[in-house]
Amino acid sequence: MSPLTGQILNLFASVLLLIAFAMLAQRRIVTLINLFAIQGLALVGSTVTVAWATGQRHLYYSAGITLVLKVVILPFILHRLIRRLNVKWDIETLINIPTMMLVGIVLVVFAFNLALPISQFSQSIARGTLGIALACVLMSFLMMITRSKAVPQVIGFLAMENGLFFAATSATYGMPMVVELGIALDVLVGMIILGVFMFQIREQFDSLDIHHLEKLKED
Amino acid sequence: MNLEGFLAQLLAVAAALAGAPLLSGWVNQCRAWLQNRRAPPITMPFRTLHKLFWKESVIAHDASPIFRVTPYIVFGCMLLACLIIPTLSTNLPLAPAADAIALVGLFGVARLFISLAAMDIGTSFGTLGARREMLVGFLAEPAFLMVVFTASLISSSTSLATTVSTLGHREFAILPSLAFAGLAFTMVSLAENARVPVDNPATHLELTMIHEALILEYSGRHLALIEWAASLKLFAYSCAGFAIFFPWGIAEASDSVAFLWALPALAAKLAVGGFALALIETILAKMRIFRVPEFLATAFLLGVLAILVHLLLGA
Repeated sequence: MSPLTGQILNLFASVLLLIAFAMLAQRRIVTLINLFAIQGLALVGSTVTVAWATGQRHLYYSAGITLVLKVVILPFILHRLIRRLNVKWDIETLINIPTMMLVGIVLVVFAFNLALPISQFSQSIARGTLGIALACVLMSFLMMITRSKAVPQVIGFLAMENGLFFAATSATYGMPMVVELGIALDVLVGMIILGVFMFQIREQFDSLDIHHLEKLKED
Repeated sequence: MNLEGFLAQLLAVAAALAGAPLLSGWVNQCRAWLQNRRAPPITMPFRTLHKLFWKESVIAHDASPIFRVTPYIVFGCMLLACLIIPTLSTNLPLAPAADAIALVGLFGVARLFISLAAMDIGTSFGTLGARREMLVGFLAEPAFLMVVFTASLISSSTSLATTVSTLGHREFAILPSLAFAGLAFTMVSLAENARVPVDNPATHLELTMIHEALILEYSGRHLALIEWAASLKLFAYSCAGFAIFFPWGIAEASDSVAFLWALPALAAKLAVGGFALALIETILAKMRIFRVPEFLATAFLLGVLAILVHLLLGA
């Protein structure tokens, strides 16, 4: 591997980390979806770099699937969804962004320490970036925990899948093709089902705030 | 201290003193062009300074000595900052006197004194401005330190002269950590120099001003010194940014040919940087004062990320 390949991989990994933080702090739903698309693009870039550096053919296919699914189709569905739900310009009130950023930094340090022993056993060229992949997953968790509206939670879920995909490429040159196709289909179908859910939630409560779901208990 | 170093230091003083008002004038000119106004001449800050130096200085009856000495202290701090940042050459006799962390401290001393002086008279505007200045300052300082630490980690030295010679001579490498640090540095300099997303330097609108509220009570030569110090601060920040992120063109020690090129290189970099600043100020709107902590927290975050990426990825 030439040093330039490693540097490009590190660059894409850093961009992914930056976008994970940006998503954590973003108030507007439209921007959140665009950030998700950019994250997918960075993922495609890193996967293609790994594929080119190692000559693994199947990684090109998974990069192609990622490009079609996460950069084109899912953002398109999400954009249509928020237009039809009429929440396009919604601004979510987030509590205390600086604190969340600090929690995010702690998560990054934690993820790196967690990934260090694992990545030492890995043979992959991108093993150094495993920590960043884990950090992305953990930060998507944090985003799902702190958001109260349904659409940002779904985006957090999708971003978590991005992080897992990145972890797979950085630890072991990606998952087998069958698994990858299965996950891709899962995400697509899950997205459609969650979209239907959102319409149902709104019809029931006139709002997409999932705190209303707590009232579903029978007395 | 050899003669060459002495000459370089002298030239750096002259470049800072003359270049700083020119830089302010250039930024104002660019901004006027971008906003479709007729631009004032680039030497306008010099004329303002000249006018102010010949005017009488009025001081309130109950002003304490702090109020009188503050303009000199602030001006001295900014001039010293310009001297220890390698603007033209890394061969500076004064550079070992203070490293990058001391540089942050110098800016801190200036901020402390100007805030004390603003509260000294006891007008409500002065107090309000001082509080806001301290709010911006205490958030901007750690972010600036993070940027400095990133550069220091990469070059394994906190001395700016060593940083410049290390970063200027490394072979080409994509360093995400430096990119993050550069973003953080841009945000910090916008906040510290009272530029548009944080403060508007062109307005005296009471509710929004920070820097102007601090110096409302000054007049005559005191005001001239403070205005000059403000432009020196902008110059110092620009040069610190160039030194860390674009170190090309700064002459090495004992290289007199490169030294001849250093001045045009600096002028070109300042012209581009000033235009970029005017562009930022034109396309962005001033944010609410309570959004400023978020803005600076983002800068801090980027700085910490830069350090983390450098330590963890080695990039």
